[in-house]
Amino acid sequence: MANPKPEELAKIDLAPPKTGWMETPTVFRKGMFCYGNKAKSLETVGFPNPRQWSVSEEDWHLPENWQEIFIEGLRERVSKYRSFRLFLDICVRCGACADKCHYFIGSGDAKNMPVLRAELLRSVYRKYCTSSGKMLGKIAGARELTVDVLKEIWYYAYQCSECRRCSLFCPYGIDTAEITILARELLNLLGLNIDWIAGPVANCWLTGNHLGLQPHTIKDAFDMFIDDVETISGIRVNPSFNRKGAEILFVIPSGSMFADPGTFTAMGEILLFHELGLDYTFSTFASEGGDFGFFTSNEMAKRLHSKIYDEAKRLKVKWILGGECGHMWRVWHQYHNTWYGPVDFLEEPVSPITGTKFENAKSNKTIHICEFTADLIKHGKLNLDPGRNDNLIVTYHDSCNTSRGMGLLEEPRYILKSVCNNFHEMPENTIREQTFCCGSGSGLNASENMELRLRGGLPRANAVKHVAKKYGVNMLACVCAIDRAALPPLMDYWVPGVRVTGLHEMVANALICKGEKKRTTNMRGEPLPGMEGEE
Amino acid sequence: MGLIFSFFAVAALVLVAIIGVKAASLQYLFGVIIPYAAFLFFILGIAYRVLQWARVPVPFRIPTTAGQGKSLPWIKQNKIDNPSSSLGVVVRMALEVLLFRSLFRNTKAELREGPKLSYGSTKWLWIAGLAFHWTFFLILFRHFRLFLEPVPLPIEIMEALDGFFQVGAPVLYITDLIFLGAVTFLFLRRVIIPQVRYISLASDYFPLFLIGAIGASGVIMRYFLKTDVVGVKELTMGLITFSPVVPAGIGTIFYIHLFLVSCLFVYFPLSKLMHMAGVFLSPTRNLVNNNRAELHVNPWNYPVKIHTYAEYEDDFREKMKAAGLPVEKE
Ligand code: SF4
Ligand code: SF4
Repeated sequence: MANPKPEELAKIDLAPPKTGWMETPTVFRKGMFCYGNKAKSLETVGFPNPRQWSVSEEDWHLPENWQEIFIEGLRERVSKYRSFRLFLDICVRCGACADKCHYFIGSGDAKNMPVLRAELLRSVYRKYCTSSGKMLGKIAGARELTVDVLKEIWYYAYQCSECRRCSLFCPYGIDTAEITILARELLNLLGLNIDWIAGPVANCWLTGNHLGLQPHTIKDAFDMFIDDVETISGIRVNPSFNRKGAEILFVIPSGSMFADPGTFTAMGEILLFHELGLDYTFSTFASEGGDFGFFTSNEMAKRLHSKIYDEAKRLKVKWILGGECGHMWRVWHQYHNTWYGPVDFLEEPVSPITGTKFENAKSNKTIHICEFTADLIKHGKLNLDPGRNDNLIVTYHDSCNTSRGMGLLEEPRYILKSVCNNFHEMPENTIREQTFCCGSGSGLNASENMELRLRGGLPRANAVKHVAKKYGVNMLACVCAIDRAALPPLMDYWVPGVRVTGLHEMVANALICKGEKKRTTNMRGEPLPGMEGEE
Repeated sequence: MGLIFSFFAVAALVLVAIIGVKAASLQYLFGVIIPYAAFLFFILGIAYRVLQWARVPVPFRIPTTAGQGKSLPWIKQNKIDNPSSSLGVVVRMALEVLLFRSLFRNTKAELREGPKLSYGSTKWLWIAGLAFHWTFFLILFRHFRLFLEPVPLPIEIMEALDGFFQVGAPVLYITDLIFLGAVTFLFLRRVIIPQVRYISLASDYFPLFLIGAIGASGVIMRYFLKTDVVGVKELTMGLITFSPVVPAGIGTIFYIHLFLVSCLFVYFPLSKLMHMAGVFLSPTRNLVNNNRAELHVNPWNYPVKIHTYAEYEDDFREKMKAAGLPVEKE
């Protein structure tokens, strides 16, 4: 990849252009945008206007009445989402959100300031939906919806990872993510998505997961995990699939079945559950907790998502356990049972090991694995040797979704501190609810937009660099599958030497299992501290 | 462009009032009819806008959580920033509305060679915003002395405190000073900070100029061009008791002031100033974060086309059987 050197990329000019933003044409810069979707992906799920088109071509082959479709869609949505309408109406352009967006900080592109990102659509809303905009036009900040304006909205809607950091600082809680979510819905009405989202959505529809893993492939992947876990621990675990009558349905992001370091997390989880003797099952049908549908439209999100409750019903489990994933948890926590309605075929979750009732999930019946594990540790149910992680100096990256979308802050930290001896926080303004995005969320983790990702990831990487220098941090822990995919290249680029891990990989490293052999390696097959010389 | 336009727009309004009163002697129009109409528009306009928002459903519960959520009993929940009860929401909203809590958090990102990013706390906008809104409110409150006879005690007390630093003959109110200072700061900030200038529209400058002009005309009237306070009170009392009278001899400056206020009344419901009411309805701030504990209902929820397990099994049955996975149909 021909990315500029870090020193080059970091020469960022945060000053806005001389010309007003409405007069400054948007230049599509290679490396900053993703490829357009393929027609086939849209056809698979019955999205409107599937056709061959390319971002870099002049003509996007829009349908004849594209303006009408867009504006009608806009009118419909402002009457369905109070958030949307209110957020379009009440921004005072105070600029408090401006330098909160990692894409703005990393690119200096003025239109990446959340307020301006929203203003791109707001100006169109004013023109067609408000009387002042209709009458006063540009003076009121309104503008015509032209092809260039549409392209601009597309460009910047897909340069927002919907991380909601801006919303935290806005005095009215204006959530620019909410605006780009709906902007993307509108663009989808015209068949304008990106390949990296539309492809996974189609896959998910057909196979139950983004990666398009078919049932036997999933089984094969786990067979490999089982062998690896045995090599490492001497214990043969035996996870089940699509098993009726299991107590718990366990759903993870498919990234954990396929790519390192997510796979180590999956291995860690099955080892932990085996040690507990948990009565759980995976499903090859509900084989994805993440919901890329969420990056296209609410309707599609709901269509992909229902498989999880449907599968829980079919398998007659009691409740659902969710693995380490970001958007999956945003959706599960904030949308899951609103979409589905009362989930009366499941039971209120109770940990079979500790007897803890999870009151906070009594309606939704889904537990985050961090809640589950933190509870185990608190009750002394795990035999842990944190010394096995002594070669790791760890910091924790809060995923935007679990932090600003649900408030899962202490559980992962509690677990980490229990399984490793060297833990250091990154600076205060970059963690917990103020956490910075990995730069690749909401379906932007393609490869053609690597420059955007590296720029967007700069604030996160910079905070890691700080603790890497100060404390020698060499491992970045997280509970999100996109993080586990996006952060390694980000670290290699900005902070070489820091690697990325899921939390349950760390747990499994430290976990002393009944009847295990003397462990000489960690879950990655690397020597444990003190075991370097042995073989 | 927005700046110049807004400046001249406000100047034009001032001119309209001067001509109207001085040249055309339309005291009754400017003293009675316009204020009544503007006030009516203000009330109805706000009510209309709020109802318009309130009519739109809140399909999902999407609070921005700013602290630890309610989970295991031994984990300390942040009950205000991540409320799980209505009480928490009330406190969160109160802090938001009265003290601008989210703005309090404001940081400034700085990029240095290296690259090295740092985030320092910056409270200027918070302080200025707070000063502006609070003094605006207090000044408004003080104006009730014009509409109430006898003047209630709280207003008397407030005035006494406000004029604590007695300067010159008419008491100099601290609120007036802070108010004008804050408006000036908010304006300068818009002009000086490049990013903020870049995002500013006419609709950002116009209310600042308008409110600034209202403040300035008020101060001029009070401290420099002496107005007939008795006459003013007669007029205001007449307005509030629906028996309007226009006493002679009230200076033009008063009519300018009143006309600008009327303009603000009209402009208010049409503009971003509605953030005052809107903030209460903001779904990221006014919802409890108990999504998994309680069912939230989307009023326009509708069934969607899904891919069922049965269809999935039909697609993959042979492969599943070969892999030893259980199937429903053989
Ligand atoms: S912080 Fe909120 S009100 Fe201020 S510019 Fe950003 S979105 Fe608008
Ligand atoms: S949601 Fe995140 S990516 Fe999008 S504008 Fe806000 S801060 Fe930037």
